[in-house]
Amino acid sequence: MSTHTATRPAHAARPETPEREPRPRRFSLGQTLRRTPLRAAVALLLVIEIYPLVWLMLSSLKREDEFSLKPVWALPEGFDWANYSEAWTTGNMSGYLRNSLLATVPSLAAIIVFGVAAGFALQVMVWRGRNTVLLAFLGGIMVPMQMVLLPLFTIYFKAQLINSLWSLIITYTAFGLPLTVFLMAGYFRAIPPEVLEASFLDGAGIFRTFATVVLPMVRNAILTIALVQFFFIWNDLLLSLTFISDDSLRTVQTGLLNFVGQYGQRQWGPTFASICLTVVPTLLLYLALNQKVMKGLTAGSVKG
Amino acid sequence: MRSMLGDKRAIAVFVGPALLVYTLVMIVPIVWSLGYTFFDGSVIGGFTYTGLDNYRQLLDDQAFWDSTWFTVKYGAAVTIGQVGFGLLLALLYTFYLKRASALVRTLAFFPVVLPTVAVAAMFTKLFAVAPQPGLVNSIASMLGLSGDRDWFADSGSAFIVLVLMDVWRSMGFYAVLLYAGLVDIPDDIVEGARLDGAQGWRLVRHIILPMLTPILLSSVIFSINGTLKVFDSIMALTGGGPGDTTSPLTLYMYKTAFSFGDYGYGSTIAMQLTLLSLLVTLMIFRYSRKDQNR
Repeated sequence: MSTHTATRPAHAARPETPEREPRPRRFSLGQTLRRTPLRAAVALLLVIEIYPLVWLMLSSLKREDEFSLKPVWALPEGFDWANYSEAWTTGNMSGYLRNSLLATVPSLAAIIVFGVAAGFALQVMVWRGRNTVLLAFLGGIMVPMQMVLLPLFTIYFKAQLINSLWSLIITYTAFGLPLTVFLMAGYFRAIPPEVLEASFLDGAGIFRTFATVVLPMVRNAILTIALVQFFFIWNDLLLSLTFISDDSLRTVQTGLLNFVGQYGQRQWGPTFASICLTVVPTLLLYLALNQKVMKGLTAGSVKG
Repeated sequence: MRSMLGDKRAIAVFVGPALLVYTLVMIVPIVWSLGYTFFDGSVIGGFTYTGLDNYRQLLDDQAFWDSTWFTVKYGAAVTIGQVGFGLLLALLYTFYLKRASALVRTLAFFPVVLPTVAVAAMFTKLFAVAPQPGLVNSIASMLGLSGDRDWFADSGSAFIVLVLMDVWRSMGFYAVLLYAGLVDIPDDIVEGARLDGAQGWRLVRHIILPMLTPILLSSVIFSINGTLKVFDSIMALTGGGPGDTTSPLTLYMYKTAFSFGDYGYGSTIAMQLTLLSLLVTLMIFRYSRKDQNR
């Protein structure tokens, strides 16, 4: 081990491998006291960020009379899964989840395919007017949804797409494109021209180069963007509230809003269970891809 | 090389689909929406041309000015909360937790990924008073404070819960963004400043913050643009109530268009919202430019 650390002075100045002088470790009372407020701050932070979620999940397992008889922070007496079956069937959360999946997956695929290709052409390829087009996409990041909501409602109404998941898929795709194009253009900037040149010299055409050389280089970037867009689409309320009024076609968010509106006051158990049903999938997805999210967010994607 | 990258057919294939969808679903509707501002009516009831009436109506409409004021107030409060607490967390990650911060970062990021409606439903229960007190009221009564406060009955306390919720939801996000910026500050600069005697707040104020300015600026712009357009949180938590006292421009526009069937006036309000976000963004740019020249 020691020889290994000794033989890497080349990039010692980088933050990852700081070779500072080892500080003498002292455990004085003063230092402990000075550290205590910070420790308390971290503990408080974790309680504030996590405890509501824990409370939510514990509450979803309580029987209805436990809410009125015992303090709200009491642990559940048993695991009462009835709340979940109530939310799943009577509350129709199963249908809402299916609709959300049916709307999210196609839009996500379209955003990635269209957005990545457009980002490549706008950043790497050479043509007149590409700056104008890039600017047009950029402007879309600023435009509030409210600005296009009414004309879109008119169009979908005339085309009989209201109360069809297609209206959502089309709109999500268009709204996901600006950020995707913008971020992808940033990632493509980092690809050295020599790589493309080598591929062309090998006789590969532009499409082949894009598919076999360029795409593998930005795989992580695509995953990050897909994840960001997933949360944006999955959590959308405004569009699904506007374009879908048929209860059997509602997505998770409008379905939950509806469910909470109907049962929220009287039946706490099923309400908590239905909230959990929408929270847990996103949390699991995030935990599974957490490393990638953090890397993507900290990789300079937003710093431009 | 040049001819390969200038292949018109390939460019069309790459950009075409995205540009087509984007033009049809974003650009055309924006222009269309501007057209609506000169009309009254809806797609169901039909439209009548009214010239500049919608703009005249705007000037005398107390509800519009109330929503505008609420939007600005809310945007300012939440942006300061999100970026401020985000910065504090980022400093905590970088200078106290150091490499052990990964777990805390992950946990503090949890609320970011949760659906707004679910978070709002949870906050409704946290601050509930009937049929049984929620967590906040229970803790309050345990501490000897009044435990039967109806947080959503009064516009002031409803506003507080709204701001708390949106700060709780996204400070972990801004913390990670700013943490990325802090990690990029070269170690020797911080060490050098320490050797020169800069400690604690002075180190942050004179060394760290100036170096963090670009990313702090993007965070503020990102945050204010999101919060001025807030819809989900308020729709799901208070629905604009009590009365219309927590109704931002987005909600007012939504009600105008879909409850009262007035697309023309709704589009006029939406346009003011767009102008407001543009104006605020430009102001922040201006201010930061001036700040750097000083």
